[in-house]
Amino acid sequence: MEKMSRVTTALGSSSISGRTMFCHLDAPANAISVCRDATQVVVAGRNIFKIYALEEEQFVEKLNLRVGRKPSLNFSCADVMWHQMEENLLATAATNGAVVTWNLGKPSRNKQEQLFTEHKRTVNKVCFHPTEVYMLLSGSQDGYMKCFDLRKKESVSTFSGQSESVRDVQFSMKDYFTFAASFENGNVQLWDIRRPDRYERMFTAHTGPVFCCDWHPDDRGWLATGGRDKMVKVWDMTTNRAKEIFCVQTIASVARVKWRPERKWHLATCSMMVDHNIYVWDVRRPFIPFATFEEHKDVTTGIVWRHQHDPHFLLSGSKDSTLYQHMFKDASRPVDRANPEGLCFGLFGDLAFAAKESLISGDASRKPYPGGDRRYPIFFFKKPNPTEQFAHVSSALSVFESSVESRHMDWLVKTARLYLLSGKPFAELCDHNAKVAKELNRPQVSTTWTMLRIMFSDPANLSTPGPNHIGKLGTLPLMNSFSMKEMGTGLVAEGRLERSKGESRQDNLHLEPGNSLINSNNDENEETEGSEGQAEYMFGDAELDDDDLYSMEHENHAAEEQEYTLPQEAFPLRHEIMDNPSAPEHLQQDKADSPHASGNEAEVMCLTPIESFSLISISQPLFSPHLPAQFFCPVVREMLIHYAEQGDVQMAVSVLIVLGDRIRKEIDDLTQEHWYTSYIDLLQRLELWNVSNEVIKLSTCSAITCLNQTSTTLHVNCSNCKRPMSNRGWICDRCHQCASVCAVCHHVVKGLFVWCQGCSHGGHLEHVMNWLKSSSHCPAGCGHLCEYT
Amino acid sequence: MVRASSQNGTKTCNWGFPPDLGIRIPRPLGNGPSRFIPEKEIQVSKVDPRTQSIFEDAFAALGRLDNISLVMGFHPQYLENFLKTQHYLLQMDGPLSLHYRHYIGIMAAARHQCSYLVNLHVNDFVQVGGDPKWLNGLEGAPKKLQALGELNKILAHRPWLLTKAHIENLLKAEEHSWSLAELIHAVVLLTHYHSLASFTFGCGITPEIHSDGGHTFRPPSLSQYCVCDIANGNGHGNHPEEKLGNHQEVSGEVEVLMERMKQLQECRDEEEASQEEMATRFEREKTESMLVATAEDDECVPSRDVSRHFEDPYGYKDFSRRGEHVPTFRVQDYSWEDHGYSLVNRLYPDVGQLLDDKFQMAYNLTYNTMATHKDVDTSMLRRAIWNYIHCMFGIRYDDYDYGEINQLLDRSFKVYIKTMVCSPEKTTKRMYESFWRQFQHSEKVHVNLLLMEARMQAELLYALRAITRYMT
Repeated sequence: MEKMSRVTTALGSSSISGRTMFCHLDAPANAISVCRDATQVVVAGRNIFKIYALEEEQFVEKLNLRVGRKPSLNFSCADVMWHQMEENLLATAATNGAVVTWNLGKPSRNKQEQLFTEHKRTVNKVCFHPTEVYMLLSGSQDGYMKCFDLRKKESVSTFSGQSESVRDVQFSMKDYFTFAASFENGNVQLWDIRRPDRYERMFTAHTGPVFCCDWHPDDRGWLATGGRDKMVKVWDMTTNRAKEIFCVQTIASVARVKWRPERKWHLATCSMMVDHNIYVWDVRRPFIPFATFEEHKDVTTGIVWRHQHDPHFLLSGSKDSTLYQHMFKDASRPVDRANPEGLCFGLFGDLAFAAKESLISGDASRKPYPGGDRRYPIFFFKKPNPTEQFAHVSSALSVFESSVESRHMDWLVKTARLYLLSGKPFAELCDHNAKVAKELNRPQVSTTWTMLRIMFSDPANLSTPGPNHIGKLGTLPLMNSFSMKEMGTGLVAEGRLERSKGESRQDNLHLEPGNSLINSNNDENEETEGSEGQAEYMFGDAELDDDDLYSMEHENHAAEEQEYTLPQEAFPLRHEIMDNPSAPEHLQQDKADSPHASGNEAEVMCLTPIESFSLISISQPLFSPHLPAQFFCPVVREMLIHYAEQGDVQMAVSVLIVLGDRIRKEIDDLTQEHWYTSYIDLLQRLELWNVSNEVIKLSTCSAITCLNQTSTTLHVNCSNCKRPMSNRGWICDRCHQCASVCAVCHHVVKGLFVWCQGCSHGGHLEHVMNWLKSSSHCPAGCGHLCEYT
Repeated sequence: MVRASSQNGTKTCNWGFPPDLGIRIPRPLGNGPSRFIPEKEIQVSKVDPRTQSIFEDAFAALGRLDNISLVMGFHPQYLENFLKTQHYLLQMDGPLSLHYRHYIGIMAAARHQCSYLVNLHVNDFVQVGGDPKWLNGLEGAPKKLQALGELNKILAHRPWLLTKAHIENLLKAEEHSWSLAELIHAVVLLTHYHSLASFTFGCGITPEIHSDGGHTFRPPSLSQYCVCDIANGNGHGNHPEEKLGNHQEVSGEVEVLMERMKQLQECRDEEEASQEEMATRFEREKTESMLVATAEDDECVPSRDVSRHFEDPYGYKDFSRRGEHVPTFRVQDYSWEDHGYSLVNRLYPDVGQLLDDKFQMAYNLTYNTMATHKDVDTSMLRRAIWNYIHCMFGIRYDDYDYGEINQLLDRSFKVYIKTMVCSPEKTTKRMYESFWRQFQHSEKVHVNLLLMEARMQAELLYALRAITRYMT
């Protein structure tokens, strides 16, 4: 009640107005505080102690409290507070351990009134009682909090935090006798001012120092704390145990936290290091700041709301020697800038896409979907809360599932598994890989491998390993390879169209079976066009440039889908492949398809030239086999880059590894590294650990090979006491027993340990193997019949 | 490496083996892990179970138990922290590759001509696949590491000169530039090894005996410590009567010190020095610390083979003679707990915490004993030592009365501290023995730990402040 009346008077007497403004201070500020009627602000720091008047348009320096020729350390302030009841009363905490009070009503230049030098270390915080005029509390590095009665020369009571440094003390706004103190060891204590012998309650709030705390101005039980662990936590103190009710994770250690007046859920924070911004959080939306003030160039050291009942003005002081008044309406709202779309691939190639509904519907009006059926219903729907000032955003989450999609990765997996990258002569590797590619219906890749072999093999060796093969290819007329290519691209073009068609159909099936099944042919065509736009979401721009018709993935799709969607291409394909007896599977497969007459010949023709051009240049040297291998390097380089750009980084990396030194110098290290990382990433996503490791091992980039050195830690638990064993794997710290003793030789096993899953005895791999050759019982004598396979 | 060792071996100390046979027989020098501390004080077989298990850990992790750990074994709690941190810095995930880490260790140790650490890490460096060519000198190392040379130099001798520009130079985007995370890792390693070098010299750590395959590294730098010298009275053959005489002479030293501490505690409130006085006291202590002769003896520093290449004439000595002004660094404006920690932890996760634990452990470690007295609150003494070291680096605590230092630390102790922190290679057994004569060896090692950690923190503070300034 009392407070309410004060509110009205306070607000009634002077309605605050102003704008975002700042002024330069002479020195970095450590803390600021504002007087009760919000007309003046005091700035304190190591070399500054001034009072500024807040005027409509600017700050005006009113008073410099730092007087004297050689100001003492008592002026070097770590904290400052203006009394909220008594307009002339200020208190500062000095870095040398002094607590000083100042009376502005004093006529002399030096306004210093009282000096308490009871603390032995730096005083981190001073705090006036919110309603009691003469009561001042201080918290110091020496681990003590002292309560001063300003009418006396000494402290009236001392509270010991058990030798831990006090970082902040705050009187409760509502409970007359209670104050909270936060400590360097992560604890927060609640004290009753009348009982200096023992704290009322203590709990661990953070790991590492708790730099600040702040009582909620309206809610009796809420205490916000901020710590070095980059968290702001809100505690409900009304219950028996302090309960964490909100937690905001920031990006740097939290130096100050201040509840926003008149906004129950809002608080402002600033950080101790690295981050210079001031954030205002809605504690219910802890992932993105409600508002941000980005004016400061160095860390913000003090923040204070200008008036205790006006949420629109925030004052801040900073190490960059400026004092700012921020208008809330000028704050930047990170929400507005946040990316409204999210995109993620699932493990099996599913794609989830979330976007603001408005964006989606805008899109939809441009390209109508068949009934908007590509979307799952929205999963997360938050009821709009009128008290929350967050822009209400509803997002639509679409999940694209596609079995085509999963098969789409099949070729990559198979290829990755089957490719040989080392361990055989170069020519054999190429042959092998060519075969693999062929078996997977990837003729272009296959041909590339063959060509690489021809180009880079030593002419002398060339004839020896496989005369029949070489002979055949060697005599292959240029025209032949040309048309093969042509066929390939034809496939691509058509395949792509068809694929998208198939895909959309499938989605429809999945999502709204009734609707899409009845789609007429016409509809389907339209839909195909539409779905191209859709497909952009799925594969990113890189692959979907319209010129990009030769993408390997697409080609592959085509190849795989031809069984049921692409009958037209079977015809030319069969003819060409006929020449090449090494791919009989193709033949059969293709034959099985119905040889529809293709109406697409023309299209195929017009699509080919660009690509086949480069092929001619590659195939030309077939006729002059004595050219040095370097001659091809530029071409191969272009080829690799081409593959990589098409998204087939697998090919690029595989060729890079197989060719090794022959090509490495041609391609700059960064590109190589990029390819490697992309490929390894892919492999690891597909859980092809062995292959990825092989690639890492074979790579020559130092940045890649060192991947193998990271995270090679293996955590083991002791077999006796089940505790984790810290830094050696074979003896336990706690029970001092060797954890893994070989049951056969009774020595510690430091290498491979094999054990029976039945009785969990085991030992050196070799010993156990030998043992179980002669005996079927467990070597430990437990009687279990162990098996070794 | 092998080359170096064979050279050194033959050149320095040929009493151990007949030169005509050309066979070198590695043999222990026989005076334990430290030249200053009698061997019987440090015996692995006698340690308590806790220390034992830490030793075991250390052995398991490194395959050796180095003399540093043995000496630190006096303080198992600290040792545990120390080893954990060192293990993390050298072995665990981090931005720098393993051989870089060891090489940086070598660079740092070589700044103080600490052949002990250099040898240790040369071994490790080669083991993790480092290029032996680098060991011929910084010129042989990659440009990137060469760039670090300047930082190493400044950090080791005049960290207050470190500016934003130095950091900028290292980080500017070009081929041999550092990333911030790498730089932090490097800085932590550098400071770690600078201060460890202090400890090594301060405790007179003797070189390791690697008996496997003749890998005995005894560079000429150690010649002065080899058995020949020890026989000449530099070793453990201390004459008992001399010791006794010392005892009588200084008996009561501890009592005096305790009395002073008590006085300071009591009269702190009544005698309140003016602020100007406080400031003068700090300045006086700072200047004085400059003038404390680091080496009263003019004993020449023998040339050191391994570190030869890393050196250049740039030492603490150069400026201290000239009395260069060290600017004051206010710890209240940039402290480890508030600022340094956050920065390190941000760029090199977990290390901030590890270092924090280590600093706190070193600062708060106490057994409440002083020499033979029990239940003594030593916090005041520890704080005086810590702050004195920071004072030498120009780091000032506003809330500390530097007059206390004068009361608590006598001149011989100051000489020792000063030498150990600023030019550790000049520490002698005499200095070690002449301070705090009644105290036990474990207590002197404790002091050394304090010195080491305080020095590390001081260097780190300067480096991190420069990095922070670069970042803002």
